[in-house]
Amino acid sequence: MPITGSDLTRQTAAVLAEAIRTGEASAVEVTQAHLDRISSVDDRVHAFLYVDAEAAIDSARSVDAKRSAGEVLGPLAGVPLALKDVLTMRGVPTTCGSRMLENWRPPYDSSVVERLRAADIVILGKTNMDEFAMGSSTEHSAYGPSHNPWDLDRIPGGSGGGSAAALAAFEAPLAIGTDTGGSIRQPAAVTGTVGVKPTYGGVPRYGLVALASSLDQAGPCARTVMDTALLHSIIAGYDPRDSTSINAPVPNVVAAAAKADVRGMRIGIVAELNGEGYQAGVAQRFRESLAILEHLGAEIVEVGCPSFEYALGAYYLILPSEASSNLARFDGMRYGLRVGDDGSHSVEQVMSLTREAGFGAEVKRRIMLGTYALSSGYYDAYYGSAQKVRTLIMRDFASAFESVDVLVSPTAPTTAFKIGEKVDDPLAMYLNDIATIPVNLAGNAAMSLPVGLAPEDGLPVGFQIMAPPMADDRLYLVGAALESALYDQWGHLLIEEAPAL
Amino acid sequence: MSTAMPETIPYDEALNLFEPVFGLEVHVEMGTNSKMFCGCPTAFGGEPNTQVCPVCLGLPGSMPVVNRTAVESTIRIGLALNCTIAEWCRFARKNYFYPDMPKDYQISQYDEPLCSNGYLDVTVATAEGPKVVRVEIERVHMEEDTGKLTHTGGATGRIHGADYSLVDYNRAGIPLIEIVTKPVAGAGHLVADVAKAYVAELRDLMRALGVSDVRMEEGSLRCDVNLSLNKPGSPMGTRSETKNVNSLRSVERAVRSEVERQSALLTAGGRVVQETRHFHEDIGRSTSGRSKEQAEDYRYFPEPDLVPIAPSAVWIDELRSTLPELPSAKRSRLEAEWGITPFELATVVNAGALDLVEETIEAGVESAAARKWWTGELLRSANDQGIELADLPVTPAHIARVEALVADGSLNDKLARQVFEGVIAGEGDVDEVIASRGLAVVSDDTALLAAIDEALVAQPDVAEKIRSGKVQAAGAIVGAVMKSTRGQADAAKVRALLLERLGVTDA
Repeated sequence: MPITGSDLTRQTAAVLAEAIRTGEASAVEVTQAHLDRISSVDDRVHAFLYVDAEAAIDSARSVDAKRSAGEVLGPLAGVPLALKDVLTMRGVPTTCGSRMLENWRPPYDSSVVERLRAADIVILGKTNMDEFAMGSSTEHSAYGPSHNPWDLDRIPGGSGGGSAAALAAFEAPLAIGTDTGGSIRQPAAVTGTVGVKPTYGGVPRYGLVALASSLDQAGPCARTVMDTALLHSIIAGYDPRDSTSINAPVPNVVAAAAKADVRGMRIGIVAELNGEGYQAGVAQRFRESLAILEHLGAEIVEVGCPSFEYALGAYYLILPSEASSNLARFDGMRYGLRVGDDGSHSVEQVMSLTREAGFGAEVKRRIMLGTYALSSGYYDAYYGSAQKVRTLIMRDFASAFESVDVLVSPTAPTTAFKIGEKVDDPLAMYLNDIATIPVNLAGNAAMSLPVGLAPEDGLPVGFQIMAPPMADDRLYLVGAALESALYDQWGHLLIEEAPAL
Repeated sequence: MSTAMPETIPYDEALNLFEPVFGLEVHVEMGTNSKMFCGCPTAFGGEPNTQVCPVCLGLPGSMPVVNRTAVESTIRIGLALNCTIAEWCRFARKNYFYPDMPKDYQISQYDEPLCSNGYLDVTVATAEGPKVVRVEIERVHMEEDTGKLTHTGGATGRIHGADYSLVDYNRAGIPLIEIVTKPVAGAGHLVADVAKAYVAELRDLMRALGVSDVRMEEGSLRCDVNLSLNKPGSPMGTRSETKNVNSLRSVERAVRSEVERQSALLTAGGRVVQETRHFHEDIGRSTSGRSKEQAEDYRYFPEPDLVPIAPSAVWIDELRSTLPELPSAKRSRLEAEWGITPFELATVVNAGALDLVEETIEAGVESAAARKWWTGELLRSANDQGIELADLPVTPAHIARVEALVADGSLNDKLARQVFEGVIAGEGDVDEVIASRGLAVVSDDTALLAAIDEALVAQPDVAEKIRSGKVQAAGAIVGAVMKSTRGQADAAKVRALLLERLGVTDA
């Protein structure tokens, strides 16, 4: 379903790649069009923390050179991409949205970046995020919030709000996000874009600056399900440098997206993620989507996942515990910020002053929570209990997937909220992730795709699909079918309705 | 008026009053080619911070990958120590801030070690003869080493008071084995000997298994000594933990000094503080470090960047089949085969010459001769150069050749030493050195008789004495002949010729 019009920034990645392969457009032209778009809108959107126009044009030029030399180009060769600033890229600033790493340039590429480079994808720059991926709005970025292209006064979600905003603002057709508790899916939901959290271990984490190692997962973001699938297939697959990565064939997500067929599938509504606490328009679009799926030939059933009630509590023990340890290395000794090194402070004082100055309030809050939860005498009650809940949630999923092929829910309880509305209320902020967190705890795969605007505020609503581990292809079967039906209904993609900026 | 209490009570006196309980935590650097969680080399002595990568520097985003050889070495150690090998175990993070720790946590094992519940029998010498003591092993686990800090300025060479500190992360991530004993009670007056013998036995075991070359002077084996005293019949006392005990001699001295210190405290009605103490090799004593009463909370939790290790029974059996003859069995066998005492064997072991002597004997040399060369002349030479015996260019085959030449009279002892000098100096093999230095024994009677005549003329009074029957004076003439032939004569032959020349017979 090509997006009509000649503006290169409004095309899908698949269309752009095809145009570059056939010579209809050069990779340099495509890249330049996106760099121009960034120049004209990013002062208002603030999706990017860093743009390297020169490097982007250089890599685009090399794609064009390969084509001229008669080389066969990959499925996304020459297509521009926005990279979340939590993945390392050699020589390019990687701040994680923190003052702590303001001038840090890693000496190595993450697995994901290696694979993007190998696929000749053009990396435009690094996108904004909540500091160390802690947040649901990008308001916790040390470099200021990103703005939702649908309404610049609203948040683009988080932590990967920069990547989602870049897609919704047509600054890039592809983006990479990371999802620890919903940081790909919730931004996708509130910006009218598509995002997938692959199965844990599906995309290697080597070079992903860890928030919570047992939950973090990098994944693809785009404006269509097929573009997301194409990117997914490039970044997924085993890497021996990540011991938790899965050494098995990647599910054929591109074929599933092309198939777009739900006939005969059993789709389960999670009872615990359906009902009170959801904005009216969110609930309405969710119900309508279920009706469409049923019309397309799926059977809709309701399943109970009783332990999901404890997911948020368990998550906010496991995540801070792991984060408190993962973030210990930011001590001013080896790289990044160093405060107090003036000859008058001890090493302990320099560490303490650096961490005091380098971390924002939310990061400190979670480090303290995690340090407490892991403390001797509290470990069993907090971290230990949370791990038991995690096991129960896995069992809930496993038993649900005995009777259904996928589970579904609204992605987020509300549409995009106003910048500043929840920044001083951590609990309200945490509740944004109520529907996305169970998947991270269990290691499953999940997708969010746009299913319309909430009538009351005209803002995008996200629909979440959850699949068993290593059944990521099912997300694309269902997502593509729903997307296609909605496209037929509207005559365009939802994102076409976003304001011009 | 109070009388000053003594700071220490002599060791034996203290052990008449108290029963000691000790436990040892031994860290051994494994001799793997690469580090525990990355591919960086482990060679000692590289330029600082040249054997590092994003993983062992703990750079953001980097992830550990377990070194399979290190796991295998740990399992082999566990098997050699009669341990149970866990069917399933995990790594854990030990969290604390220190500048030598790249990640500010150490990847270690906590409540799920790879090996547990084993033992090692050690032999100590007593007045009543050798005594075997069983030291029970609590656990054997893997972890990564930290970087190395060098504190510059300040009086103590420690971090407090230093002007600045330099960090070398070459050592960060080197695989360590930690072997922890259960509390060892009942050693009485032998406590220091048992502790030392245990560490020596472990060292030999590591070497025999080939998992570490255990170069103590490079810090590749480090000990923490836990010790407590209690009155007979009373429960175990409060223990101290002495760190930085890095040689066999220090193990013994650390135990002795702690027995002497704690006993004085307890006798004076004081109490032992549960604390970490720091051992000083130079003075042979420890000083108080940080108190453990406000125990540091390491916030251990399972390492989420690694997957559990579940060694299969097949794999364990394979590793079991690679175990060599263990040191204690080997010692018993060799004592019998070579017909020597445990003390004589200990000399060979301590010289690091066991394998060399064994190979030399296999090459056809008598046990006594093989031992004499490796623990005498050659050991001195190695020590002078500051290298291991095995690193000398001399081989068991060289010794066999020299001994054969001595046996057929072509060389004497003095010439043999010169041959080895030449081999060590890189002048070639045994025959090449003999040829180039002209070291063959002078066996030409005419030449020897000429030298004898010359000596007799030079010392007429001695010649007269011999003629008059004082055969013992012959030594002076033989000596002169040996000197004039630069040692290349067979002394016994010279003596025979001399007596024949003077017409006297040996008394």
